Amino acid sequence: MDDFMTPLLSIKNVNKQFGDGCDTCLQQEKDVLIKNFCPVCGTVYSCQDITFDLYPGEVLGIVGESGSGKSTLMRCLYFDQDVTSGEAFIRSYKDGKANMFEESAQQKRYIRNHVLGKVYQNPLLGLRMNFSSIGNIAEKLIAAGNRNVGHMEDRGRALLTHVNIPTYRMKEAPKNFSGGMQQRVQIAKALSNNPPILLLDEVTTGLDLSVQASVLDLIKQLQRELNISIIIVSHDLGVIRMLADRTMVMLDGKVVEQGLTDQILEDPQHPYTQQLVHSLV
Amino acid sequence: MSAYNFAFFDEGSKREIRRATLKAIAIPGYQVPFASREMPIARGWGTGGLQLTLSLVGKEDVLKVIDQGSDESVNAVNIKKLVGKTTGIRATEETSEATLIQSRHRIPEIPLSEGQILVLQVPLPEPLRAYESSELVTKKLHGEREYSGAWLMLFEQIMRYGNMSTGADHPVLVHDRYVMAPSPIPRFDNPKMNRSEALILLGAGREKKVYAVPPHTQVVSLAFDDYLFQTESSAGNSCKLCGATDVFMDEFVHEETGETYHQCNDTSYCLSRLNRKVLHQEVPLNG
Repeated sequence: MDDFMTPLLSIKNVNKQFGDGCDTCLQQEKDVLIKNFCPVCGTVYSCQDITFDLYPGEVLGIVGESGSGKSTLMRCLYFDQDVTSGEAFIRSYKDGKANMFEESAQQKRYIRNHVLGKVYQNPLLGLRMNFSSIGNIAEKLIAAGNRNVGHMEDRGRALLTHVNIPTYRMKEAPKNFSGGMQQRVQIAKALSNNPPILLLDEVTTGLDLSVQASVLDLIKQLQRELNISIIIVSHDLGVIRMLADRTMVMLDGKVVEQGLTDQILEDPQHPYTQQLVHSLV
Repeated sequence: MSAYNFAFFDEGSKREIRRATLKAIAIPGYQVPFASREMPIARGWGTGGLQLTLSLVGKEDVLKVIDQGSDESVNAVNIKKLVGKTTGIRATEETSEATLIQSRHRIPEIPLSEGQILVLQVPLPEPLRAYESSELVTKKLHGEREYSGAWLMLFEQIMRYGNMSTGADHPVLVHDRYVMAPSPIPRFDNPKMNRSEALILLGAGREKKVYAVPPHTQVVSLAFDDYLFQTESSAGNSCKLCGATDVFMDEFVHEETGETYHQCNDTSYCLSRLNRKVLHQEVPLNG
C-alpha cells in the first residue's frame, strides 16, 4: 500500500468518562443520559466510542459546541489525561503495533517528545512563562535527548524567526509577550522536534482578528512546508473551513458526522451540524 | 548529662533515622523521606545533618564539624558542643583523624578515606524544585528519570550569562540514575564526590529527606556537549598564609590598602600546612 494511504494515527473506540458509572447508565441503552451526563450517579461521558484515522499530511478538523468532548479527546491524545478505554496506534512508533494508551509512563513521554506536538488554547499550559522563549523551545529538544547548546540555540532562533518573533526578543520570557506572540512561541515549541503529528486546541480563540489571520496563515504555511499531519479543534467554522481537509462534528461526546470539510459545510446531514452551519454568518 | 539518652535522641528515633539512611545508601541519590525530629536548634540550621550525625555516632567516634570551610564558626562550634555534651566523644579539627565529619558548604581539601563518613547539611534537597514547584510532580519526574528540567535550568543560565553560572549546588547525576542536589558545596567540590572513598550522607531536616552517595559511586556533574562542566578556577592565586594554590579560596580586601588577597577556605587544611612549615623550617615559635 502507498505511504499516504496508510493512516499515521489510528484511534479506535476511545472512551473517556469522569465518574465510575452506575447500573442505570452502564447496563441500559445510553438513552438515560441527559446530553452526556447520567442523572443517577453524576458520571460524565466525555468521549464515547470515538474512532478515526489521521493520514500523512492531512489536516483533520474537529468542531462541536463547548462541552462536546473535543478538548478532552485532545488531552487524551497528548496523555494529559488517561483514557477510560480504547486504543491508539502510531505508524512510526513500534511499527504501529503498540497501543499507545497502554504504554508505560516513560514510553508515553517518549511519544510526546518525539512524535507529538501540542498547542494549547491557553499559553499558560503549554509554556513556562518565567523561562526564556528560547529556553521553552530548548525544553522540548532537551526532553528528546539533545545536549548541544549551540544546536538548540540555532534551532530555536530559526523557529522563532519562522513564527515572526524578533531575534532580539528570543531571550525574553513569554510572560512579557502579547497573547498572539505567546501563541506563536507555543507553535514554535510544538514544532521544535519536527513532530509528524501536531495537535492544535482552539489556537486562535481569544485572539483578535488580524492576529488570528496571521497565526492561521502561519499554520497553513508550516503544514505545507513540513508536510505534518494536524488535528485542529475549534468551534469556529471559519477556521475549520480555511484549514481542514476533513472534518468531524462532535456532540455530547459522540462523533455525529464526519466527511470532507466542503461536504460537511455544503450539505450537512445531522440536525446539529445543520444548525451549526446555518448559524455561520 | 543523664537527662539525655546517649547522643540526645532515644534509641527508637536513632533507629528510625538509620533505617532511612540504609535505604538511602541502597538507592544512591534517591531522596528517602524520614520523620525529621524536633531539635534544640532551629530547622534550617543544620538539623538534617545533625540528626544523621547523632543517629550514627558511637563512643569510639571522633567528630569534626565544618561550617563554610571553618571549624571555628559559631554554628560549627555549637554543633560540636551539643554532640560532645550528649555523647562525651572527642572533637577534632584534623580531617584525617575524624571518623565522622559534618559539613555545611564544603568538602574538606584533604581527600577522605575509607571508613570515614561525611555528613552534609542540605537546605533544598530537590534539584528540580526551581523548575517544578509540586512535590507530587517532581517525584514522578524522578520515577520516570525525566530530568529535562535540570538541564533546562543550566541552559537558561547559558542563555542569560554565557556559561553555567551555578554558584553552588550544581546538580549531579548519581550512578547513572538519579539527579541529585549535592547540597550548596561549590562546583569545586563536585568532583570530590565522584568515586569517593568515604561514605557521603546528605540530610535535609526541614524538608525531611535523607540521601546518600555510597563509596566508589559514580557522580557526574550535569553539563552539555559544547558547554563542559568547569570548577571555579583559582589559577594565579595562592593562599596568603600558607601559599597553597590548587584549593578553594576566599577573597579578601585589605581594609587599609584596598588590595585583594586570597586565603584557603578550608581553615584546618591551611592550619596544618602552616604547622608543617613551622616544623620543617624549625622556625623558633617565640621569635
